[in-house]
Amino acid sequence: MLPDSLRRARAIAAKEVRQLLRDRLTFGMIVGIPLLQVILFGYAINTDVRHLRAAVADLSNTQLSRSVVAEAAASQVVDVVDVAHSAPELEALLRDGQVSVGLYLPPDFGRRAATGAGPAAQLMVDGSDPTLLGVAQGLALMPLTARSAPRTQPSPLFEVRNFYNPERRSAVDIVPALIGVILTLTMVLFTAVAIVRERERGNLELLITTPVSTVELMAGKIGPYIGIGLIQVTIVLLLGWLLFSVPVVGSLVTLYFAALLFIAASLGLGLLISTFAQTQFQAMQLTVFTFLPSILLSGFMFPFDGMPAFARWIGECLPLTHFIRLTRGVLLRGAGLGGMWIDVWPLLAFFALTLTLAVLKFHKRLD
Amino acid sequence: MAGDYAIETHGLTRRFGKFTAVDGIDLRIPKGKIYGFLGPNGSGKSTTIRMLCGLLEPSGGEATVLGHRVPQEAEALRRKLGYMTQSFSLYGDLSTRENLEFMAEVFTLSPAKRKARIQEAAERYFLTQLMSQRAGTMSGGQRQRLALAAATLHSPEMLFLDEPTSAVDPQSRRDFWDRLFELASEGTTILVSTHLMDEAERCHGLAIISKGKLVAEGTPRELMEKTDAQVLEIDAPEPQQAAKLLKQQSYVKSVTQIGTRLHALLDKDARDGAKQLTQLLKGAGLDVEVKEIDANLEDVFVASTGFQSESEAKHAA
Repeated sequence: MLPDSLRRARAIAAKEVRQLLRDRLTFGMIVGIPLLQVILFGYAINTDVRHLRAAVADLSNTQLSRSVVAEAAASQVVDVVDVAHSAPELEALLRDGQVSVGLYLPPDFGRRAATGAGPAAQLMVDGSDPTLLGVAQGLALMPLTARSAPRTQPSPLFEVRNFYNPERRSAVDIVPALIGVILTLTMVLFTAVAIVRERERGNLELLITTPVSTVELMAGKIGPYIGIGLIQVTIVLLLGWLLFSVPVVGSLVTLYFAALLFIAASLGLGLLISTFAQTQFQAMQLTVFTFLPSILLSGFMFPFDGMPAFARWIGECLPLTHFIRLTRGVLLRGAGLGGMWIDVWPLLAFFALTLTLAVLKFHKRLD
Repeated sequence: MAGDYAIETHGLTRRFGKFTAVDGIDLRIPKGKIYGFLGPNGSGKSTTIRMLCGLLEPSGGEATVLGHRVPQEAEALRRKLGYMTQSFSLYGDLSTRENLEFMAEVFTLSPAKRKARIQEAAERYFLTQLMSQRAGTMSGGQRQRLALAAATLHSPEMLFLDEPTSAVDPQSRRDFWDRLFELASEGTTILVSTHLMDEAERCHGLAIISKGKLVAEGTPRELMEKTDAQVLEIDAPEPQQAAKLLKQQSYVKSVTQIGTRLHALLDKDARDGAKQLTQLLKGAGLDVEVKEIDANLEDVFVASTGFQSESEAKHAA
């Protein structure tokens, strides 16, 4: 016979699973969210930008200028879709969003190219989208090739060797991070809503008058979601492997252990939210409120090293930041948790902190 | 003396901000009886019950339930208490059996006892046919039987029922009360809050609560006998007109129309009420017949809640 405390926690967990299985929408979300997000983000997110719409204003119209335009088009970075006859016309196209890159070759392009003093032509870039700027800068470095301007190339100082993702495939980078993103969304939301639902439907009023303690209630509520979180990890890993050949270089056991830590941290946050929110709607709003900074500041969307110091500090406080580093480390580089201790302890600390606050804040009373 | 009463309170008070929901209530509720809280909505019945269950912390005063001080010793009480909330608070997406099994586990009944008690409850509360039906799809009366079965599964010594029959038809209500009397005869103390007169009349003891204060207490019969109101029944051909006239008199505290008759409550101080009224109405050219009758519980209620606004009293009725 189990101790009473465990029996009560188990009863709550069993009830929770039963309700989950009957709630088609939530159950669909458990499987549907990872499925959709992996497919959507895996295919959609691509930092290797190509085929930008471009317009050309070739005022010099020489053999050289025409071959430069042809070369730019051949790079596949830009597709020339329009022709302008002056710089203002080019600017107008850019402003109206017709094109995102304007290639301006001045009337004296030939002479400028020949002297080699300073740039010979101009690239106008729609800077309102920062990623385009980076791409255009790459295009600007394009040398006038041997054919267009015979000149010996200086050999570069460095040769770049790309470890762990030699083909520079975005999916390899995205899928490990997606595990964290999906867990953040579902785990926080489900736990927050699960407790608030009991409050909203009046179940809590009854439960409080029974011998169930706060810790038993929370353990029983959290338990099933740990299992669900691990199922979601498996779905993302399988899809990543099947659809995008995302490698698993490190040990799966290590990865699942890291996932367990992260799930715990997310559930802690969910519990904490549940002690603040009075209705399921409030719980959802609070979840979204914590979800956005996680997505934006964790290094999932924007490069972590590019952010200003204060944003990096916020990022360091978010469990997702550390978990993304862990999954990329374990999955792509084959790292162990011992070596990545610097990203392990913040997860543990976050879990301990949120859980303590939640238990302290959750009174076994109505007021 | 502590052993004689299931509940004792002294000056029990609860404030929500500036609003005093329960104002210095003193209670002594004997064991093994059905004790009723009668009062209009918002009078503080639920708040009092919630404090006695340990759900809310009192702002002042003290309370002892089954010899345990609340809220300090509320945890020790949990196994001895059954609580049926005002709105259905079991799980609508679980079946009757699943709900009962859940409650049995929460109260950690042994497997053998769990099976026996669920079987027993199913028979006693006519749930056998409903065992695999989800609670959310059941009628108000069925859900209420399930809630009572769940609240009594662990054989509590004390049962709190917060307006248990507000969403139930009269026949179900009568059946429900039969079950309550069975439980009381088995030794369970029952505290039930209600705003229904017919329910209140069936309690062994009754406390009338108004605006957070206890305004009258006793058995329903005692309350009816010792009320300070004179009750008159007036047979009038034009009751509307008569009622209008009566309401203008300061000593007439309440007038209710029942069919073609009027039911009037008079100040105790008003001397010869019947004669006075007959004169008044006949003087106005109305051919009436006035006779003095015994107060019913509703009259007691209206009189002791300080003759509140009519709508409030009617609502409570």
